[in-house]
Amino acid sequence: MAKIATSPVSLALRGTTLTYLGIMVILPLVALVTEAVTPGRQEFVAKLTDPFAWHALKLTFATAFVMVGINSVIGTATAWVLVRYDFPGKGLMNALVDLPFAVPTVVTGLMLVALYGPSSTLGAILNSNGLAVIYQPPGIVLALLFVSYPFVVRSVMPVLQEIDPAEEEAAKTLGARPWTIFRRVTFPTLWPAILTGTAMAFSRALGEFGSVVMVAGNRPLETKTGPMYVFGEIESGNRIGAMVVSTVLLGLSLAILVGLNALQRRPETRK
Amino acid sequence: MAITVRHLSKRFGSFQAVDDVSFEVPAGELVALLGPSGSGKSTILRIIAGLEDADTGEVELTGEDATNLPVQRRGVGFVFQHYALFRHMTIRQNIAFGLEVQKLRRPEIRRRVDELLDLVQLTGYASRYPSQLSGGQRQRVALARALAPAPKVLLLDEPFGALDSKVREELRTWLRKLHDEVHVTSLFVTHDQQEAFEVSDQLVVLNHGRVEQMGPPQWLYENPASPFVTEFLGAVNVLKLETVATIQPGHLGDPPLVLPGRSQSSLVYVRPHDLEITRSINGRPAWPSRIKKLTRLGGLVRLELVLDDGTNLLVQLTRESCLELALAEGESVFVTPKDMKVFHESASFVEDYAI
Amino acid sequence: MSASSTRFARATDASPRVKWLLIGAVWLWFAILILFPAIALARTAISGGLNSFWHAVSSPEAQRAFGLTLWVTFVATIANTLFGLGFSFVLVRQKFWGKTLADGIVDLPFAVSPIIAGLMLVLVYGPKGWIGKWIEAGGLRVVYSWPGLVLATTFVTVPFVVREVVPVLREFGLDQEEVARTLGAGRWKTFWRVTLPSIRWGLAYGVTLTVARSLGEFGALLVVSGNILGRTQTATLFIHDGIESFHPESAYAASVVLAGISIVLLIGMETLRKYVEAREHSVQE
Repeated sequence: MAKIATSPVSLALRGTTLTYLGIMVILPLVALVTEAVTPGRQEFVAKLTDPFAWHALKLTFATAFVMVGINSVIGTATAWVLVRYDFPGKGLMNALVDLPFAVPTVVTGLMLVALYGPSSTLGAILNSNGLAVIYQPPGIVLALLFVSYPFVVRSVMPVLQEIDPAEEEAAKTLGARPWTIFRRVTFPTLWPAILTGTAMAFSRALGEFGSVVMVAGNRPLETKTGPMYVFGEIESGNRIGAMVVSTVLLGLSLAILVGLNALQRRPETRK
Repeated sequence: MAITVRHLSKRFGSFQAVDDVSFEVPAGELVALLGPSGSGKSTILRIIAGLEDADTGEVELTGEDATNLPVQRRGVGFVFQHYALFRHMTIRQNIAFGLEVQKLRRPEIRRRVDELLDLVQLTGYASRYPSQLSGGQRQRVALARALAPAPKVLLLDEPFGALDSKVREELRTWLRKLHDEVHVTSLFVTHDQQEAFEVSDQLVVLNHGRVEQMGPPQWLYENPASPFVTEFLGAVNVLKLETVATIQPGHLGDPPLVLPGRSQSSLVYVRPHDLEITRSINGRPAWPSRIKKLTRLGGLVRLELVLDDGTNLLVQLTRESCLELALAEGESVFVTPKDMKVFHESASFVEDYAI
Repeated sequence: MSASSTRFARATDASPRVKWLLIGAVWLWFAILILFPAIALARTAISGGLNSFWHAVSSPEAQRAFGLTLWVTFVATIANTLFGLGFSFVLVRQKFWGKTLADGIVDLPFAVSPIIAGLMLVLVYGPKGWIGKWIEAGGLRVVYSWPGLVLATTFVTVPFVVREVVPVLREFGLDQEEVARTLGAGRWKTFWRVTLPSIRWGLAYGVTLTVARSLGEFGALLVVSGNILGRTQTATLFIHDGIESFHPESAYAASVVLAGISIVLLIGMETLRKYVEAREHSVQE
């Protein structure tokens, strides 16, 4: 029953902020999509199916998929351990989980190169055993794992904290064993949060550049990802190619965000 | 009059929250706005405070027109159901807020805050934060904060609604005592008739955004003007006229209400404590009935009776009279109505019958 | 936190074996992914001795790069703090047509790759861009100059303040403001004395995230700064170019400093918040 503000101040505030949003965000987006589709559908498809572009996109998806596969499990496990157990170093781990959000992406790449790169001891050992990480696709996955580690953890933790212990206790009194309790009682409450975190991580991975560019080696048809391809095309003056691949990557990221929004509006997942 | 509202109306979309409401609150009194949820009582309070604008109608505070006055200049103290304490301020800072806005001098503020802390019995708590207090203490702070700038009127929106029942009872006794000391004109909103009875000098009973009836609580209880007020102010049996006609006459003659020509839609109301139980007809009109259920509630006993025509009747009597009569479930007894109210649906017309 | 974990210890624990296996696995992963790389970076940075570390960090180019980063961060943070605060009020307190859409659009920069963000800005504000050609005609250069860096940084950090302030503002509600008004406080007084202090942690957190992200933004800046040798470098560009031009020692040193600033910022923020909350909530809740 709150008063709905219609005072001049409110209207001015609304006008200013919406204009800001329009100039800062909407206009650039519209510009990209418009310019990308202007040359026509044939040109769009041709630029997209260009073998170099196509490979870069495939590599981006493949690495992103591998990353979310690993992160959804490890992220959930991390959240579980942080919420449910007491152990030495818990405070440190809790603080460090957010580190990937704080560390600049270029620095992330450099960190991984410093440890796993060919000029480090560990990297040299890996290389000589045919397990090279840096400047190879596994390096890309590693960088993506790093930058998107907090997503699943931070999305699962609050849900885990809010679960009423009585639910699990009730299952226990009904004779359920621990694994059954997790599968039948805990997981059904948890999965929307896991999915949310995973989708955000995937969306982030589609666009990741700074860390990947440091560890990937930038070899076309081998280790060049979508965003790297876009950058290369900009550098070499081929804007159309850059815009087409950009539009596809952006469209997918947006679809994921919109889908997540729809998921969060569903009654059983709403808090 | 400290508060006068005239012909207030307010719509939210298609919902008529307040519908032509007028009433007055005499200076120094504690008046309750009583009604079920959705009856518009909180909206009326917020309109008086200026937190909500009425679509039509006027508000007068201490004789001056306040209809178009901004909240800040109305001089009202407002207490919210969920306290609305400033969480980032200590208790002292909370109470001092209104005084600082008035640009009082520091020693003056200090003195006044101490005075209020003493009044609400929280002297030792000045430097605590709201989250460190219990619900009852928080509401007392909210009250002190509202009283600090010496408001013309105090408005309380379900002030005890968020508290558990024991604290609520303590706090309302305390509020009544406080009001007897401070005598600031107060208007408070509640949906709890018990609370309204215990605390207020006057009641304004609201239903669907309209005033049903006003008056002192006990007077309203005894002289309800409508079925709504009768039902809202306490448990009551609702009987059809035919049922009343089945009453067995006593030596003292027929009950006067069973007359031909009455509308069949008229309803008869009898409160559970206005029914008397006897073992045999003792000269007064009575229904024969059977005790279906007997529930002991400490000092009181509740009987559920069935009359011959199948009507259920709730009766309340003291433990002593129950023992005297040696009542038990399944037994037959006679029941006499001592006081009945008949509402005629055709007209807003009440007849009161005492036997 | 520890109270809730002990409460749970009873309810769910199957066997200590599972528990310690899980903890061990998570720690191991943590070490491989985060801890050891961070240590390796620090070691590499100081492998030539503290002297050469200091030398690398205090070189004129490095200083200029950090100076530019600070300036860009400052402007972008001011812009997005004002916008974020204002827009949070619009989203929480106002009703208007298209509000859900506007709410979604704020998040858009999260979904956009930094490289694509840079490209979009070049398309609009570049020399031949939609708006850029008019600005350029006025003799002002946006992209390939420092305003472009500010623009790119602002774009990628648009959502942070809004996202942190909206939930706090929503939870804060209207009661306290209404009380302040009945006590005689006007619009500004209410905002400064009641509303702002109540949402300060959300706001501070949003600002901190904005600052941290601004300091570390790279991809978008790489695009809008153009392909110029010896271009005006921010700290991240300095690091990147250092690696590209085979001066890794300066890149490593600058990395440590930049990461250090971001981490200290976040940890400081978190510590301060815990301290204040402990003060305001020391007995209950």
